Amino acid sequence: MTHIKIEKISFGYNGTPVLKDITFEASGGDMLAIIGQNGSGKSTLLKCICRILKIQKGHIAIDDIPLHHIRPAQLSRLIAYIPQSEEITPGISVFDTVLMGRKPYIHHNPSTEDMELVSRLLTRLELDPVAMRNLNTLSGGQQQRVFIARALAQQPAILLLDEPIANLDINHQMKVMKLLRQLTGEGMSVIITIHDINMAARFCNKALMLKKGRVFASGSQSVYTPENIENLYDIQVDVLHHNNRICIIPQ
Amino acid sequence: MSNDILIQYKHYRARNRRFMLLLFLLLILISLFSLLAGSHIIGWQELLALFRNEGSETNRQILLNIRFPRLLGAILTGVILSLSGAIMQILLRNPLASPYTLGISNAAAFGASFGIVFLGARAGIARSSDLFMITNPYIITLSAFLGSLLGLTIILTIIKLKQASVETIILSGVVINSLFGAGIAVMQYIADNVQLASIIFWNFGDLGRSNWAALFFLTLILIPALLYFYSKRWDYKMLGCGDDYAQSMGVRPQRIRIIGLIITSLITAVAVSFFGVIAFVGLVVPHIVRKCIGDNEEFLITGSALFGGMFLLVCDTIARTIISPVILPVGILTSFLGVPLFLFLLIRKKYDTYQN
Repeated sequence: MTHIKIEKISFGYNGTPVLKDITFEASGGDMLAIIGQNGSGKSTLLKCICRILKIQKGHIAIDDIPLHHIRPAQLSRLIAYIPQSEEITPGISVFDTVLMGRKPYIHHNPSTEDMELVSRLLTRLELDPVAMRNLNTLSGGQQQRVFIARALAQQPAILLLDEPIANLDINHQMKVMKLLRQLTGEGMSVIITIHDINMAARFCNKALMLKKGRVFASGSQSVYTPENIENLYDIQVDVLHHNNRICIIPQ
Repeated sequence: MSNDILIQYKHYRARNRRFMLLLFLLLILISLFSLLAGSHIIGWQELLALFRNEGSETNRQILLNIRFPRLLGAILTGVILSLSGAIMQILLRNPLASPYTLGISNAAAFGASFGIVFLGARAGIARSSDLFMITNPYIITLSAFLGSLLGLTIILTIIKLKQASVETIILSGVVINSLFGAGIAVMQYIADNVQLASIIFWNFGDLGRSNWAALFFLTLILIPALLYFYSKRWDYKMLGCGDDYAQSMGVRPQRIRIIGLIITSLITAVAVSFFGVIAFVGLVVPHIVRKCIGDNEEFLITGSALFGGMFLLVCDTIARTIISPVILPVGILTSFLGVPLFLFLLIRKKYDTYQN
């Protein structure tokens, strides 16, 4: 199982520090939620992990191999990233979008195996009725599943998602979170940034709380204490336990 | 179920490949027609006779020195302009990008005007078919090329200084366009009558200036450019989903954007330097091809190149024959055809390219 270790990393834009001394780790089977206020550095952290941004201090290693030793094509076979606001090529089809995820494996033209994998993923994510439609004619929930399918086409060990359930209704939120949970069951590490702490508490076995670019608390579900959450978001909350589930309600 | 999808997608790819083949066959057919049509009509037997080293000397001269160079000039220029337009639209993620949007064509036109006014590329009244003839075509070609390099340098400097976003690049293009437009106006203002006439004539864009030397040069730069763009088609595909995503897929967006802009600008500059400003081809052709094959860079690059060559050849053949024996500069015709065609594409009801 792939193991990712992030050790004391720091990053800043034009001298303004955004992330300071971040340390955490995740293994295959983990679903880790990065939570914190807007501007706390959640998205920046994800971009550092997949090397879109270059960390200025610290180390990131995947299975003890330093991130900067991994070639770009190899890295995109290990880590798949789904940005927060997806730009879409205006007239691209769903199938072609998912096929994009095969890029690290394609030399000239996609092989039949590449296309077979894409069709299997589309069926798995219940996207087969829309496979040959324009991506921009799909609903937000369907589009998010297309992006997840595209990420899965990379056959990655680590999946990074920036706000995967923002803009989705509760039905689609549940579908996406269950799917991600299912993927961790297959040995993948899933790291997400998320604003909905109830969803995070329900589906993610690990949490990393960021405040002003620093790790404020991290660990298992035990970190969801009223004190931590109040401190993190500067609001008063009640944390209830119902049927072994954590429920966080702002006062 | 997944088998059905696979079959559908394979059909879609096969359909696109057939479309490419159809374009290629059409290009050959239209080429044959274009060789034979004109103010002096040549029969196909005479064309065949040429290959057997037979036939009349007049026909031979017309075919070898006028029609063949003009035909190949139209195809190569059409390929260059459409390819540049398609690549710029992909790189800048903007459907309005073309060699014009970035001001490259206007910069070349300014260079040519400068050459006519200051560097002695004077023009005089000449053949009856052409109103004016440039007496020193190489100076004008060189100054047009240097003009477009100037335009490109300004854009690259802005990108370098500002780490410019796609929007900034496009807006700088608009400004550069106006700047060189103003420069052309100054040149026209200070030019004498003959110079003014030749500036205007040059700006029309005319494939009648084609000759074997120009064709050799165009081919020489087009082939490596075409191969480069084709080899980068998967990288370009990634750019469509934003720079962050592209980077996570191992693509360096800013780097391939700058290299792509340099190559498209250079090949456009060379074509414009030889033949003048031919409007709308670079903008319209990629849009038509997208309507036919979908937004898929794998096919868009080859499709735009083939369709572009065919489009300009058709335009030029019409320009040569519509009010024969007078030959219209093809630049005028592409503008006339391009505008309604573009408007038609804009207002036409959207439909799903991938269905059926």
